[in-house]
Amino acid sequence: MANVKLYLKQSLTYQITLMFLKHVREFFETFGNIAYRFCEVLKYIITFQINFKQLVEQASRFAVDSLPITLSIVSMTSIIIAMQIAPEMVKQGAKDYIGLLVSLTMVRELGVVMSGFAIISMIGSAQASELATMRVTEQIDAMKALKVSPFKYLFLPRVLSGFIMMPFVVIISSALGIIAGGLTTMAAVKDVTWLCYITSVWQGLYIRDINIMLFKAACFGGCISLVSSSCGYDAKGGAKGVGIATTKAVVWSFVTIVVVDCIFAVAFYF
Amino acid sequence: MSIKVQNLTKEFDGRKVLDNISFTVEKGEILSIVGFSGSGKSTILKILCGLLEPDSGTIDIDNGDVAMVFQYSALFDSLNVFDNISFALQERKEFKGKFTKEELKEIVKKSLATVGLSGIEDKFPHELSGGMQKRVSLARAIVTKPQFILYDEPTAGLDPVASTVIEDYILHLRNETKATSIVVTHQMSTITRCSDKLIMLYDGHIVFRGTPEELLKQDNPYTKQFVSASIEGPMKIAASGY
Repeated sequence: MANVKLYLKQSLTYQITLMFLKHVREFFETFGNIAYRFCEVLKYIITFQINFKQLVEQASRFAVDSLPITLSIVSMTSIIIAMQIAPEMVKQGAKDYIGLLVSLTMVRELGVVMSGFAIISMIGSAQASELATMRVTEQIDAMKALKVSPFKYLFLPRVLSGFIMMPFVVIISSALGIIAGGLTTMAAVKDVTWLCYITSVWQGLYIRDINIMLFKAACFGGCISLVSSSCGYDAKGGAKGVGIATTKAVVWSFVTIVVVDCIFAVAFYF
Repeated sequence: MSIKVQNLTKEFDGRKVLDNISFTVEKGEILSIVGFSGSGKSTILKILCGLLEPDSGTIDIDNGDVAMVFQYSALFDSLNVFDNISFALQERKEFKGKFTKEELKEIVKKSLATVGLSGIEDKFPHELSGGMQKRVSLARAIVTKPQFILYDEPTAGLDPVASTVIEDYILHLRNETKATSIVVTHQMSTITRCSDKLIMLYDGHIVFRGTPEELLKQDNPYTKQFVSASIEGPMKIAASGY
């Protein structure tokens, strides 16, 4: 009997099952931790215990540090879209709709999502590694020992700054994306004028779309900061632990953004 | 202002790190906790400080603030010395808004003077030596005037002279603040110079209680092995978590 048990334990199926269950447990642990920290952050927001000095510092980092990369990525995406669709649409006799297509793509989807991806790589990873380093060097323990809540001091300003600043970043990047798309269209297709492009931009774009974009951006910003900070906060060990936490933060943030995006699509456009 | 610990038990991943540990530290006393690495010394401090929850047992700490000095200082590296020391006064609910900037400056200056430092308020932790970081960490711990100070290997990684300086400050702080202190250490000099009494941990149990003088008598096989730093003896390295 003992031999059978030992054989089973050494079998590949057993090992794979064990590994799978470990990942499942880790998934629910991470999800639970994020949900718990969201509640903690919410508690401090409701009771208005906000550290404004930290909030301003984090907000300026969030917006200023991320802006160059966000603008580059979003405008490049817009250029690529315009470059590929403009000649085709002129061929189909739909040159008056190029601006509409670019603006809808930017405002409804790509402006927010691409900005989100840029911010994950720039800000989310930085937040995760910062908190992970603080965890492994006992700085978070020291903070707790000084009776200061890490959720209040570290999480709240980051999450709130993401929620507040992301819409600004997205507005600027989407606007630049639409302009870049227009310039590319004019360069790629001779028949389309700037006026024609700008007029078509407003044809199918409604204030509702912009409102949804801003709300979605705010949710993305809050989610990125919450998930990244939470993954960093759970770091264990030394340098390797910081690396694992940062990778986890990036992966979880990407997945969270896609899930939230799906929820928005279903809620507002389905 | 005493600390009474009774039947403290803590398990990590099925391994009992602390098994029914009981001890008392009277007001103004310095208790040293000694033992091999991984014997649960720091775990006791983290439980006393509220960073960990015990699995069972009771901790009776008279009303008062508990401060902790961490092994590697744990200074906030994004803040300068001034903000590090005044952190609790600026961020803790009961102190927030209580002090003006000028008052904070004065408090920080005094705290730094207590640990023999001055004029480094604008420096960041990475600009300080290991010994200075330890002293800033001490200054940060005492700024709220705690009744209990917990030291986690305060002389770890320091040269002998810097270690002596830190030991002097531990004694100085006890005399000045009358705080009850617990020092986790491996250093014989810290044990003999700073402790009023000590306990030795091995495999989750207390294997020796007494004074530094009794430790040096070497009539206990555990203390004999510890003092002589011998591999031979009742304490096996594997059991201590190496």
